[in-house]
Amino acid sequence: MIKEFRGKALRWEWRDGVVELTLDREPLNEIGSGMLADLEQFAGAIRSLVPATRACIITSARPAGFCAGADLKELYHGAAPLPKSKRASGVRAFLKRIHKVLNTIDEAPFITFAAVHGLCMGGGLELALTCDQIVADKMARFGFPELRLGLIPGFGGIPRLRRDVGNSFIRDLLFTGRTVKAESAHRAGLVAHLAGEGFALEVARSMAQQVTKFDPETRAAAKKFIKPIPQAELNKEIELFCKLFNRPVVMESLRRFVESDDPMKHLPLAARQPSD
Amino acid sequence: MRTLEQTTQEILELATKHFKVAPGSLKAEDDFYKKLGIDSLQTLDMLSRLEDHFHIELPDYEVQGVSDFKTLAERVQARL
Repeated sequence: MIKEFRGKALRWEWRDGVVELTLDREPLNEIGSGMLADLEQFAGAIRSLVPATRACIITSARPAGFCAGADLKELYHGAAPLPKSKRASGVRAFLKRIHKVLNTIDEAPFITFAAVHGLCMGGGLELALTCDQIVADKMARFGFPELRLGLIPGFGGIPRLRRDVGNSFIRDLLFTGRTVKAESAHRAGLVAHLAGEGFALEVARSMAQQVTKFDPETRAAAKKFIKPIPQAELNKEIELFCKLFNRPVVMESLRRFVESDDPMKHLPLAARQPSD
Repeated sequence: MRTLEQTTQEILELATKHFKVAPGSLKAEDDFYKKLGIDSLQTLDMLSRLEDHFHIELPDYEVQGVSDFKTLAERVQARL
């Protein structure tokens, strides 16, 4: 069992049956190849952690929040020089890797918590959604801004969100691209527990201690029963994402985001057709 | 019901306290990006604090393009 790991983008530490996975990559834990490689390390270690692990908490060491989502700079700079015909294949390979990792975390046979503060957007929210319960600092914000880039969430966000909340909330997040405060996310059913400012991790630790009290086999069976992986929808999501990604409007939106000095940059400008 | 002036004043006080600037140094007409030197992440943090303080839901698309406290107060007022 790997009790401690320190990668370039995250670290984990096992103690008394609980593993804490801490995202820590500047500026705000963007998920690119570095973060993905470290998440793969964690996913690969889950099997060895299982017998002695009852709970896992995913948290962030970055002051500004949990995770700002996919690394759009890496995505843009990786895709822009490629001919259009080759762009989607690189993205598809990345999506398949991240889906595999997130599915592994999603179905880990221990109870998982995301302790969220600050910003939790796009791919960051998709990572949080793999967890069984989200504990949110009352100042946390959640959102799926992908439509503003001409895309849909690509790391399994919508299929996983559909397991937990109603369509009106999903459509509001998706179609407006807005972020919602923790209280609203709690009301909608996305967030399990609200924590006072600065206390999300502490509350998650308390919850993790509570879940360690029950029989591991029953707990794993209950989790498998109530939280199936929506595999068919996840596969469709990858196909749709790749189809959308091939369009010029996406590259233009990504370029604008990457080059923007807009103070509201983390709410990307609305995608426009190149002719606008 | 708060007046627009009251809302503006409360926003100025909130920003003064949160961003630790000298009391009385912020004015309604100030560009808060320049005056506070905040980035997009801090702007969203401020939005959370406004929503929490006024007990409102203020979609961020309604404040995109807003850079002064007075206009921000108008957006908040519309949601009270």
